[in-house]
Amino acid sequence: MDFLHIIDKFANDNNLHLTPISIKEFAAYKISQNDLLAILKFTKEHKDLRFTILTDLFAADFPERQERFEVVYSLLSLKLNKRLLFKIDVEENQTAPSVTTIFSAACWYEREAFDMYGIEFEGCPDMRRILTDYGFVGHPLRKDFPLTGHVQVRYDEKLEKVIYEPVLLEQEFRNFDFSSPWQGKEGLKLPGDEKATK
Amino acid sequence: MIKNKKETNLSSKLATKEPRLGTHADTRKDQNTKKAPTSIPLELEFQKKTTTINFGPQHPAAHGVLRLILEMDGEVINKSDPHIGLLHRGTEKLIEHKTYAQAVPYFDRLDYVSPMCQEHAYALAVEQLVGCEVPIRAQYIRVLFSELTRILNHTMNIGTQAVDLGATTPLLWLFEEREKIMEFYERVSGSRMHSNYFRPGGVASDLPDGLLEDIATFNGQFLSILADTETLLTNNRIWKQRLVGIGVVSQKQAMDWGFSGPMLRGSGIEWDLRKSNPYEVYDKMDFDVPIGRNGDCYDRYLVRVEEMYQSVKIIDQCIKAMPKGEVHSIDAKMIPPKRSHMKESMEAMIHHFKLYTEGYNVPAGEAYGVVEAPKGEFGVYLYSDGTNKPYRCRIKAPGFAHLQGLDFMTRGHLMADVVSVISSLDVVFGEIDR
Repeated sequence: MDFLHIIDKFANDNNLHLTPISIKEFAAYKISQNDLLAILKFTKEHKDLRFTILTDLFAADFPERQERFEVVYSLLSLKLNKRLLFKIDVEENQTAPSVTTIFSAACWYEREAFDMYGIEFEGCPDMRRILTDYGFVGHPLRKDFPLTGHVQVRYDEKLEKVIYEPVLLEQEFRNFDFSSPWQGKEGLKLPGDEKATK
Repeated sequence: MIKNKKETNLSSKLATKEPRLGTHADTRKDQNTKKAPTSIPLELEFQKKTTTINFGPQHPAAHGVLRLILEMDGEVINKSDPHIGLLHRGTEKLIEHKTYAQAVPYFDRLDYVSPMCQEHAYALAVEQLVGCEVPIRAQYIRVLFSELTRILNHTMNIGTQAVDLGATTPLLWLFEEREKIMEFYERVSGSRMHSNYFRPGGVASDLPDGLLEDIATFNGQFLSILADTETLLTNNRIWKQRLVGIGVVSQKQAMDWGFSGPMLRGSGIEWDLRKSNPYEVYDKMDFDVPIGRNGDCYDRYLVRVEEMYQSVKIIDQCIKAMPKGEVHSIDAKMIPPKRSHMKESMEAMIHHFKLYTEGYNVPAGEAYGVVEAPKGEFGVYLYSDGTNKPYRCRIKAPGFAHLQGLDFMTRGHLMADVVSVISSLDVVFGEIDR
C-alpha cells in the first residue's frame, strides 16, 4: 500500500484533519496543533512508514495572517526514501506542543524557533535562547524586527569592557522597491492607462 | 545537611553504583539527619563535588567558537552543555533582504571549509522554483567540484583531529593538498575559499584551459598522500586508543538525534543522498558508500578516509566524461550575458542592468534543495512570494544536529575524550550558528 494511503487512513480513523499542500519532493500536510503529536508518533512507529528522522524543524513568520507563525516539521524515512512535511499554525502569544518526546533532535530546533520567533514549545525540557547573545531582547527573524537590530557592541577603553549601545547608522538601510510598473503589477494605474482599453 | 547528603551519595556509590537520584539514597538521608552530623575526611569531601568547567570559546580544540559548560565528576563528564551562537551573523535574515543572486555568497560563509556544496543546495532550491534546466556540462562541473570540496573538507577534518590528539604530521601533509584544491577553486572562480561559483542555473564560468589536466594530476598523487597519511594514523596505537570505543552512537540514537552524513554512516546505516536521491549526474557515477560498524569516533574516521578514496574515483570519472557545451542555462532573464555580447546587443545590455539591480523574480512557492555535503545533509528550504527576494530562507545545517548529540556522546567519558568527539563530529561554527 502506498504510504500516503496509510497516513490518510490513520487520519480518517482518528478524525484528524489533514490538508495536503503541494511542495515538490515532499508529501506535505497542514495539520492542527492538537493532532501533531499523534501523527508524528504514528508515522514514526508504523512498520511500513518509519519516518524516524526529524531532519528539520523551523518556523516562518506571516504577520498578515490571523495565526501569525507557521512551524514546519520535516521528516525523512530511510526505509521508504521519502520525505514528509507537516505544518502547524501558531498564534503570536500561543504555545506549540513540543515533540521532544518523539524526536530528541527537536530540542535545539525548538530552542532556535523560540529564539528567532518567540514561539514557546510546551513540554520542551530546555527553553533557553540558543543563537543570540546572552541577555538579547527581541526575536530577530520576525518580519517586524529591523535588519540592523537595536543594539551594537564595542570595546570601551575607559570602562575596559565591551558595552552595548543603541545602533547608530551612518546611513539609513535602503530598501529599494524594484517591482517594475510595466510587468506583472496588478491594480496599478498609470496616467494614460485608461486610453489603452478604449 | 550538606555533609550528610554527600556521605549518603558516597556510600551508595561505593556500595552499588546506583544512580544518585534514586529513592534509596533519599531514605538514607532522612535516617542520617536524625543522627548527629558525622565528620567526613576532607579528601572525600573534595572527591564528591562536581566541578563545572568552561571549555572554550577560544580553545584550539573547540574547532571554532564553541563554548562548552562541562559538569565534571572528577575527570568524568556528567553533562556537557554547548553554548553556541558566538558566530551568529543572521544569515537567514540577511538573505531575506537580498536578491536571489546576491544570496549565493552567504552560503560560502556558512561552512567555510566546504563552500561549494552549500551553494549547490541553494542553487538546487532556486532551480526547482524557477524550473530551469542545468546543462549537462555544468552538472559534471558541479559534481567534480562537489567531490573536490569533499576532499577539502575531510582533509581539514582529519588533519585537525590528528593535531587535537597529538599528531602534527598528517595536518602538514594534508594541508598541502588542501592548498592545491583551493588553487583549483581560485582558478575557476577567482577566490580560494568564498568562491560564489555554483549559481542558480549553472556555474559562474567555464573551466579555464588546462584545469582538468591539472586536477587529473592532483588526483593521481593525492591517492599516495592519503595512503601515506593512513600509515601514520589508521593502525597507530595511540590513534586507536584515543578513538576506538569513544563517542559511540547506536543506529537508533543516530536517527533519533537527526544525524546525517558520516555521523549516520559511521553507525552502520547505509544512507547517502548521492545514491538514494541522485542529483546532477551522480546516477552516472560508479562509487561505493562506506559505512562503519561500531559508530565510534574511529569508524567515523575510517568512513571519512574511504569517502575520500571514493571522491577521487568520482573526480576521475568526471574528468574522463566531461562533455562539451554551455555551463549555465541559456535563459537570458536569469543568467547575465557575456561581456562580448553586451558590446553589440542592446538587449544584452538591458538584461545585464536589470539582473544586477533588480535581479530575477522567482515564481511563488516553496522548495527544498538538498545535497550530501561532506558533513551530512545540507538543505535550503526557500519560501518564495514571487518577488526578487526570498520571503524566508531556512538553512538546515548538519552540524547543528550533530553538536546537539555531543551531550549524550560524551557522558561518562573523560575530559580528553571530549576533544576526540568534537573533532569527529566535524563541527564548523559558520554553519551551526549561521
